Amino acid sequence: MTELTPDELGIIALSLRVAIVSVLFSLPPAILVAFVLARLNFPGKTLFDAIIHLPLVLPPVVVGFALLVLFGRKGPIGSILDEWFGIVFAFRWTGAALASAIMGFPLMVRAIRLSLAGIDRRLEVAARTLGGSRLWVFASITLPLALPGIITGTLLSFARGLGEFGATITFVSNIPGETQTLPLAIYTFTQVPGGDAGALRLSLIAVVLSIVALATSEWLTRSAERVQGR
Amino acid sequence: MIDVDIDQWLDRFHLAVAFRADAPIVGLFGRSGAGKTSVINAIAGIATPQRGHIRINDATLFDAAQRVDLPPEARRIGYVFQDSLLFPHLDVKANLLYGQRLRPVAERFIEAERVVDLLGLGPLLARKTHTLSGGEKQRVAIGRALLAQPRLLLLDEPLAALDGARKSEILTYIERLRDELRLPMFYVSHSIPEITRIADTVVLLADGKCLAIGDAEDVFERIAAVIEDDDAVSVVETRIIAHDEPEHLTTLAFEGGRLVVPRLQGAIGDRVRATVRARDVSLALQRPAGISILNVIAGCVASVNIEGRATVDVRVAVGRALITARITRRSLRELDVQPGHDVYALIKAVSFDQNSVGYA
Repeated sequence: MTELTPDELGIIALSLRVAIVSVLFSLPPAILVAFVLARLNFPGKTLFDAIIHLPLVLPPVVVGFALLVLFGRKGPIGSILDEWFGIVFAFRWTGAALASAIMGFPLMVRAIRLSLAGIDRRLEVAARTLGGSRLWVFASITLPLALPGIITGTLLSFARGLGEFGATITFVSNIPGETQTLPLAIYTFTQVPGGDAGALRLSLIAVVLSIVALATSEWLTRSAERVQGR
Repeated sequence: MIDVDIDQWLDRFHLAVAFRADAPIVGLFGRSGAGKTSVINAIAGIATPQRGHIRINDATLFDAAQRVDLPPEARRIGYVFQDSLLFPHLDVKANLLYGQRLRPVAERFIEAERVVDLLGLGPLLARKTHTLSGGEKQRVAIGRALLAQPRLLLLDEPLAALDGARKSEILTYIERLRDELRLPMFYVSHSIPEITRIADTVVLLADGKCLAIGDAEDVFERIAAVIEDDDAVSVVETRIIAHDEPEHLTTLAFEGGRLVVPRLQGAIGDRVRATVRARDVSLALQRPAGISILNVIAGCVASVNIEGRATVDVRVAVGRALITARITRRSLRELDVQPGHDVYALIKAVSFDQNSVGYA
């Protein structure tokens, strides 16, 4: 196998950037939503839960189309963001990151929620009697104890982001150098005669990236669990 | 002075407790389900009563009428839980310091070094919490609560998960804290030996109500009806007067008699409170000869109470102490003991264990 071409390097860099940015921005809201679902009871909780899980069950193309309608330049949310903050998602790599974040969100929430549900809440009570405010107890007890779930959720969402295809191509199209991530590039190669070799090379890269991500998360989770004495 | 007067309606359970106590260690005694934990949860701010107030000295922690309800972190009430609840992601040292860091320096009265020293935690500091034994965990939990600089320490059945020897060890540490720190404590337990050994004032709870409050001796005299039948006890205040090293025994003296018990740790002259289970006491009309029982105590029958279908509680006055003997009705008929008769109370030395004899 020869060295990677500049084009291939660009695709890898773009894919990683999209996946990393999507994970970084979805982690805080995912923790919040997981906490709400794990700890609070309120009317409409089932509906809220269902909406959060929608991207998991909907065809990705439908999610992409919804994003296009809502976050497009003329869309109700997209136009406001463009006008007030100068943030544009349509046909930009940021839009690919948004699509990845939405698709990976339920996976992230599920893993964190599971971890939160497994925490003995009396540990938090004990911390309160020792002088910790609610917020401090959350930061010093709850979050560290939920760390294995947070790591798992982050990885699942990251992997989902690397592999995201349907929502991305529908929302931000397939623009080389801007929105053409690995899966989109592989798809493009398969659409031209003689593109099989290129598709194969990119597919192997995707396999390597996934294995590295999986191994890293496995190692992080183990370290976190070792720290917690499990 | 701790002033508690609260009403709390829980599922099918009404907690209505009012008492004032001003003692180094207040024992909160009752069967499981009597509401012991509900009371200390209210004091700690973990549960909120619907009515009443909770005050410590001049600080109001809770007052429903004035809408005062301090959150747990603002109450400065230390809480030692039955199962320690050490933070699993922190080592022993970080567990100990968790609360100290959150208290302003002006509120601190005890240093980490002192706590480590008092509870013998030095060798444990670098350990992970999951490598600790049950007794070690409880010591760390007590230290952690102390370093949060509490004005009152709540201990909720702190010995429940421990075996006999460990129980006695932890009790000894708690007694040390009482003597050296002068920190008021609430000790919750359903074990009479524990309560009588450790508590100066006992609050007796049943079905969410406060039935009695007073000295351990007085309260346990009155409660035969509340506690499980087998548990009726008498409490004797004594001093250590001799140790017998070769035979591993200790002799305790009280006004009117002596008790021989298995070897205790204390020094000659130490005050010790001995708990005698009524069913461990036999009666004889003459001083028996050729018998293995070491404690033969001369006394005078103070009262005879028919307790159950088969049993009778006979109270024997020995000096100022009262020792209750639980005997069968048949024995009562055959001995024909009546108030005023002279009798001998027989107590096997081995019926005492480390939990039933402790520092007063």
